[in-house]
Amino acid sequence: MRRRAALLPVLALAGCSGTPLSYLDATSSVGGAIANLGLGLTAISVGVCVVIGVLLAVAICRRRPEGDLEIAPVNDRGAIRWIGVGVAISTVFLLGSAVWTLLTVNSIGEPAQAKALSIDVIGQEWWWAVKYHSSDPAREFTTANQLVIPVGVPVQINLTSTDVIHSFWVPKLGGKMDMIPSRTNVTWLEADKVGDFRGQCSEFCGLQHANMAFTVRVLSQADFDSWWDRQLQSATGSPDDPRLRTFMARCAACHTIRGTPAGGILGPDLSHFGDRETIASGLMPNTPQNLAKWINNTQTIKPGVKMPELGMLASEIDGVTSYLEDLK
Amino acid sequence: MSAQVETIGSAQRRKLLGIWETAPGLYGWLASVDHKTIGIRYLCTAFFFLVIGGTEALVMRVQLAQPELKVLSPDAYNQLFSMHGTTMMFLYALPMLSGFSNYLWPLMLGSRDMAFPRLNALSYWVFLFAGIFLYVSFPLGQAPNGGWFAYVPNTSLEYDPGINMDVFALGLIFLGISTVVGSANFIVTLLRCRAPGMSVNRLPILVWGTLTASAANLLAVPAVSLACAMLWLDRRYGTHFFEMSGGGRPLLWQHLFWIFGHPWVYALVLPAMGIVSDALPVFCRRPLVGYTLVAISTVATMILGFGVWVHHMFATGLPVMSLAFFSAASFVIAVPSAVGVFAWIATIWTGKPHFTTPFLFFAGFIMLFVIGGVSGFMTASVAFDWQLTDTYFIVAHLHYVLLGINVFPVIGGIHFWFPKMSGRMLDERLGKWTFWTMFVGFNAAFFPMHVTGLMGMPRRVYTYPSDMGVGWLNLLSSVGAFVFAVGVLLFLINVAKSLRAGEPAGNNPWDAPTLEWATTSPPPVYNFATIPQVASRYPLWEGRLKESDERSIIGDAAPDGMVLDRGKETIGVTPLDAEPNVVLKMPGDSILPFLLSIGMTLLFFGMLGQMIWLMVLGAVCEIVILALWLTPKPHAAEERVEVYE
Repeated sequence: MRRRAALLPVLALAGCSGTPLSYLDATSSVGGAIANLGLGLTAISVGVCVVIGVLLAVAICRRRPEGDLEIAPVNDRGAIRWIGVGVAISTVFLLGSAVWTLLTVNSIGEPAQAKALSIDVIGQEWWWAVKYHSSDPAREFTTANQLVIPVGVPVQINLTSTDVIHSFWVPKLGGKMDMIPSRTNVTWLEADKVGDFRGQCSEFCGLQHANMAFTVRVLSQADFDSWWDRQLQSATGSPDDPRLRTFMARCAACHTIRGTPAGGILGPDLSHFGDRETIASGLMPNTPQNLAKWINNTQTIKPGVKMPELGMLASEIDGVTSYLEDLK
Repeated sequence: MSAQVETIGSAQRRKLLGIWETAPGLYGWLASVDHKTIGIRYLCTAFFFLVIGGTEALVMRVQLAQPELKVLSPDAYNQLFSMHGTTMMFLYALPMLSGFSNYLWPLMLGSRDMAFPRLNALSYWVFLFAGIFLYVSFPLGQAPNGGWFAYVPNTSLEYDPGINMDVFALGLIFLGISTVVGSANFIVTLLRCRAPGMSVNRLPILVWGTLTASAANLLAVPAVSLACAMLWLDRRYGTHFFEMSGGGRPLLWQHLFWIFGHPWVYALVLPAMGIVSDALPVFCRRPLVGYTLVAISTVATMILGFGVWVHHMFATGLPVMSLAFFSAASFVIAVPSAVGVFAWIATIWTGKPHFTTPFLFFAGFIMLFVIGGVSGFMTASVAFDWQLTDTYFIVAHLHYVLLGINVFPVIGGIHFWFPKMSGRMLDERLGKWTFWTMFVGFNAAFFPMHVTGLMGMPRRVYTYPSDMGVGWLNLLSSVGAFVFAVGVLLFLINVAKSLRAGEPAGNNPWDAPTLEWATTSPPPVYNFATIPQVASRYPLWEGRLKESDERSIIGDAAPDGMVLDRGKETIGVTPLDAEPNVVLKMPGDSILPFLLSIGMTLLFFGMLGQMIWLMVLGAVCEIVILALWLTPKPHAAEERVEVYE
């Protein structure tokens, strides 16, 4: 903190808490190590700019005999020595920064303790499928656009993509890692405190790259365990629920709800949808009003998204909306 | 220069003029191979593309001025940012510098033309037609839309089914032909077409910069041409270079692209840094401090520049060991840049600054260079780059580099050499207004982007949510962009005004030291009536610098100077020491370069439309024209080739 206080107010601003994607006030060991390195490099950079700026200003404004613009013999031996001094000092800072960088890379490569669980995150245009692994196959499940992890333990994240390259980025928790079709990149997250953190796709992936976000929800271990248990429960309610029948007719070709016959795989898994923070991959808060608006206006709200505008009747929308929001 | 002895009579000048002058009319216009004409065409065309690319940027800045605006559709935004990048990187930045070098090299080197004048014309025409080709689908709303970096598989047929990326891939291959022939021409020109005595330790730094960049282009451009050919084959002929279902790999594209892309960035800045190294000292009334260091660091930057491409790929999941190597290399490459910065500052410090418009641009450039340099230093750090990459911080960095190190020296350089090119001075008062408007606008537009990036705004997004807290910073950037555009407009007004009514310049209005200032403004088509003989690095200052007793012999003062008026001739020299050893016969006007580029255009349009008949037509045209081009002239055996002992 002392170092940050010494920096420009502009940086304090960049690190202020009202900015969900700022990484200079990261809240994890990895994010913190990177932020420290970043602040250090920024301090060096600002220092260099100030020093060079002052040198340049003095060089320009130094007092000289008025009006003398004649070309005269020069002796540059002294000046060249100063260039040598400047370059030598620069080199020391550069090499020092390189060493600091490599030490940081080394320190964040692997977590101090064993990874508690392994989660696949699969990027697709323009949302995120999330699969939770367990040693017990019965406890595995799939969700979307929301990553829930326990606090204080390292979590392995396996990243890939089913279409184009995306990039997985939760600024407050650490750096980016690309999601590349045909390969799996492995990274890890560890959050130091409970809360919601925003994630964002950071590799250009087509029309809706801008609106490909997600939430990382960090829970206490107890809350996390009960959340997992809840996820494993199938949807309750009668198969004759007219709201489910509408869902089956209009939505199930693309979406899955575990415990119902709805098993489409083109769009996000909507099991326990009511539990999620946002809809349309971080685009809007998950409220019944927003969901109702979304269903018939996908191409206005998120142009290019794969979900067609269904032209559903108001009564159908009401039914589907209330059904989905009830899936806690 | 005033006390020259008139030894070259007006009759001889008329004779030289008759030999060298371009034919009048449309034919002459299309057939001219004069390096000065070609240079000015390069400058004007590149500036035109700068204005187009800038206009695209302004439209994007309107869309981004506030969160969640709907001025542009996502598709339109993607096309605009792709074309903005492609235009600025390929159609503005390098062609602009090629324009300077085309115009200046033979004048600076004391020669009468480039080594291959027809190739020079070809490289311009191909650049022009490739530029038009890249824009041909723009009015149809089908412009390239996958970014100038065109990552697969986003640009594969499956995810980008229009002709958008075919235009991109073929356009870059097309343009690459221009770059490669131009680069080869520069290299041979440097090796052979200099005045006697213009040894390598006397070359202006601009020549070093362009030479280095040209050598790099010869090595780097084939990588992107190849990658684009592979992309096009994947898209249209079902190959599997990048296509995963057939075992192709998306990362291969990134390697090929950045093996080209990073050296390319240095090719876009080294000649511009050369402009500053040559022109700034003129306004400090002394030679550059540390000429040798700056020349060596120019070459060193380029060599290191081939070993840093992976710093564009730090987040792709490559092994940490290799990332560490490229991260360290990216730090080390800042060392030669530091040499340049300290050399320029030392030149100002020990000099007597003369506050003209070009001086302001060059001094401003130093500051922008340092800011762009330190932000590059921050991104060189692999760990911190995992956060910085693909955020607006990179947008800020690359614009400080490309506008700071390319556009500012270029505009300064135009102010500096405009009198030579046109014979008239640009208006100083308007020039100073131009500088301050551009400087303030530039920093207002791009400095806030560092902060926007540190606050986590990703790049290449057509909009952003209001709760990110970056709305006001983006508004500031947008306002700054328009202020910058006003600066560019002031510059254009200045050029238009001064072309008609600028003060006459005379041969050497800045009292500059290099050869181009020894001839008239604008120079005669044959550049020098007699071939100069160079005795020092600063031929026009050597009497006052008194570094040695030897004196260059320039212009009409050469009592036994080589006139070379038995046809289109210039002198050829040995590569290092510039000992004259041959009289080179230069080709005259030729329509063939123009026709060859037309044939090439047909060929590329045939490939774009997959029209076999048009491809065949284009290819046949090419073969016929090349055969004509390469046919030895009937009198070749009688050509006089003199070898000097």
